[in-house]
Amino acid sequence: MEPTLLARVGYAFISLFVITNYGLLLIGSMARISAKVQGRVGQPVYQPYLDIVKSSAKRNSIGHGVMFYLGPVFRLAGGIGTFMFIPAVYDSVMFRNFSDAGDLLLVMYFIFFGQLGMALGAGEGGHPYSAIGVSRGLAQMTAFEVPFALSIVAIVIQYGTLDITAIVAAQQGGFLNWTVATNPLAVVAALIAFLGMSMHNPFSVVIAPQEIPIGPPTEYQSNLLGMLQTNRAIFNGAKLVLYMNLYFGGATNLAMMVVKTFLIYFINVFVGQSFPRLRTDQSIRFFLGVPTLIGIASVIIAAI
Amino acid sequence: MFVKKLKPAPLANEGLRPEERELFCDAAPTSYKGATKIVEDFYNWARAQSLWILGFGTGCGAIELRPLMTSRFDMYRYGIQARPTPRQSSVFVIGGYASVKTLKRIVRSYEQMMGPKFVVALGSCTINGGMYWDSYNTIKRIDQYIPVDVYIAGCMPRPEALLAGFQELKRIIRAGGAEGQNEYAINFDWYKANQKKVIKNWDMPDYSW
Repeated sequence: MEPTLLARVGYAFISLFVITNYGLLLIGSMARISAKVQGRVGQPVYQPYLDIVKSSAKRNSIGHGVMFYLGPVFRLAGGIGTFMFIPAVYDSVMFRNFSDAGDLLLVMYFIFFGQLGMALGAGEGGHPYSAIGVSRGLAQMTAFEVPFALSIVAIVIQYGTLDITAIVAAQQGGFLNWTVATNPLAVVAALIAFLGMSMHNPFSVVIAPQEIPIGPPTEYQSNLLGMLQTNRAIFNGAKLVLYMNLYFGGATNLAMMVVKTFLIYFINVFVGQSFPRLRTDQSIRFFLGVPTLIGIASVIIAAI
Repeated sequence: MFVKKLKPAPLANEGLRPEERELFCDAAPTSYKGATKIVEDFYNWARAQSLWILGFGTGCGAIELRPLMTSRFDMYRYGIQARPTPRQSSVFVIGGYASVKTLKRIVRSYEQMMGPKFVVALGSCTINGGMYWDSYNTIKRIDQYIPVDVYIAGCMPRPEALLAGFQELKRIIRAGGAEGQNEYAINFDWYKANQKKVIKNWDMPDYSW
């Protein structure tokens, strides 16, 4: 039986709650794994929760105008919007979200929408380091978008649809039906783009954690920072679920979703712990080089 | 607990050029009331577990902060991280002696931090001037200029002593005793007078919000 609209909204909230918590735990556990690689004990797995509570419990907050407040709102809207149009679990009433209402193009738009909104907000903050962070972020985003978009074009040609649910449906029936087996070049191009999208090493110069230019959120504090931290979890979860759906056969239950997305995210940590950070110009050259060629090759192969 | 005696009166910002004055806040800070006890206890628990240090080295003692990030000392396991911007950090570590020139930066950075904010003063120099006790351009006691929550004595205190100091700070925060922000707001005139007494070329706003 088809659930009513009200029930679907309720399910969407449950789904969002699950992905937020999963995203936060994922960030916490990956930080701990990275610490182990470096021979440290590392922060507790629940540290992201504490940081959000701490940020939201600040007693005062500074604003720089309307757009400054709207920046995190756009970012959060981008994160939630991305997630809402992807089926988190294939064929599940509760976790399919509103995937039938939007297609791959809308999701791709939402992925970049948040960053653009954040650029406007951070720009109004007036801090020069925000502007540096934004320009680095947008430059890197433009670069990794090329292999990502080529990879999307390849799988859209392959499956003949933009509907994510249909793409997942086409991959059901075993490991050999997954895109990673049927179109490995597109997956390689997309996974390299994913490294840039996640802003882990070696592409972490945008947020430059713990250095003088912390990137776009330099001037954000208190509850605004809390919103950005929450969004980070949702957005990470949404991107992982998208990659799982497009390239790794989707998930038919929540446990499979957790296992697959954890392994996809682990690629970030694996690469991030093995390679040093690139400068922005180096990462742009990198993305427009081999990954783009792989992307073009995957489109040509899919077309013939 | 604290008496709210200071009204947000216009500050003159006389150190600034006339055209710059309107760019800055002219109201003195006000003290903030906490939430209800149970909520505030929960917040304090979270605050104590998530200490973000302002990553400015204000003196030679700042060199003892760096080993805390390494595998040997690993401050992350206590929820301590370095943040590069005063807007996001909650702990200001005064790294040893503060020259008058540095004090200007300390005051501006401290005022820009969002409350509740905590100050850890590191080394003997912050307590009584230490080996710079008779220097013409270093201050003797940092708590005459900004409120301090924890002092860590030593010259230099080892990273272990710093970690012990952070544990003490956590205890104070959890007990609800780290109200430096309110102390600064209530005694704003006294702190400002002390600051202006030593900083002769006062060319900054009276309160950097």
